[in-house]
Amino acid sequence: MYAVVAGGGKVGANVARSLLRLGHEVTLIEQKRDRFERLEDEFEHQVQRGDATELHVLERAGIARPPDIVLALTGDDEDNLVIAQLAKEKYGVEQVIARVNDPRNQAHFDLLGISPTVCATSSIMALVEHEVPEHDLIHLLELRKENLEIVEVMIDGDSPSAGKRVESLELPDGARLISVMRSGRAEIAVGATQLEAGDQVLAILEPGKEDELRRVLLRR
Amino acid sequence: MNALIIGCGRVGSSIALQLQREGWDVTVVDENEDALARLGEHWPGAFLVGQGIDVDVLREAGIEDADAVVAATDGDNTNILIGQVAQKRFDIGCVVIRILDPARADFYSARGLRVVCPTKTAIDTLMEAVRSCAIPPARVTG
Repeated sequence: MYAVVAGGGKVGANVARSLLRLGHEVTLIEQKRDRFERLEDEFEHQVQRGDATELHVLERAGIARPPDIVLALTGDDEDNLVIAQLAKEKYGVEQVIARVNDPRNQAHFDLLGISPTVCATSSIMALVEHEVPEHDLIHLLELRKENLEIVEVMIDGDSPSAGKRVESLELPDGARLISVMRSGRAEIAVGATQLEAGDQVLAILEPGKEDELRRVLLRR
Repeated sequence: MNALIIGCGRVGSSIALQLQREGWDVTVVDENEDALARLGEHWPGAFLVGQGIDVDVLREAGIEDADAVVAATDGDNTNILIGQVAQKRFDIGCVVIRILDPARADFYSARGLRVVCPTKTAIDTLMEAVRSCAIPPARVTG
């Protein structure tokens, strides 16, 4: 596989190193001179110096071949967006992964159809939410391409859904229950599954349906 | 008519002043508070400090009611992003962005953005100036 990695900071350099170790062909692009010189000692001809949002820099790195994958991993979200757009739309690269540094910029990547993206801050926050649940509805996974998300809901004694069968719940359109975890054991949620206080329920839903789902399951 | 100018450097501030003189309601956004000085002492329009890629800032600056948006920050890729957000998210019909790099300017102008590339303009103007010089014929054939 041929991979072009834009951005030679900690993330980019480690990804490039890992890909090389797996036997892939890699070109790493780094703009800053001091960082480039340090990388050159290790990566030799496999690192090139330049601004990866400039077409001639990308072309020198073989973007026109095109690579099997382009990884836009700089510390600048605008740059990552442009790199991803150029790779996909100008050079027909099929796989592009972009790093989101500031989670507030996630919406821009979504708007411009750049997917998948990786955002360290969002991933950490999702883990924190999962480990230290302060909310009754926890986001576990976003399936951006599908425009769906998977959430976890904790049923308690006050929940109107406790004691009810799944088929009798008036779930919103665009939301389904996936599974019920009870005393450490998970079961697929079917119509006859009866919810009980203490259940951890996984649901799949369209983003924006959280409040409706919360009302049906928790009346909150 | 409402104009929103992102980036209040030499270019952005001049455009803001000119549009304002022509009767537009102009709002200017710059990440640096000091940029307001470029608009003179009696700037009658609005001025906001903030990042032009921040949707909250754009909303506060009234992008939803803007008839024209100009992205003229000193970053090509920032302008490219602001332009696309204005076009695709806020449905602004008139989005003008400055891109210094001619190659990126070509790519994005083919995607429906009104792109102005000062570098290309400079190259054309300079070429024209060189061509129009009166050079003695003997030197040309040499």
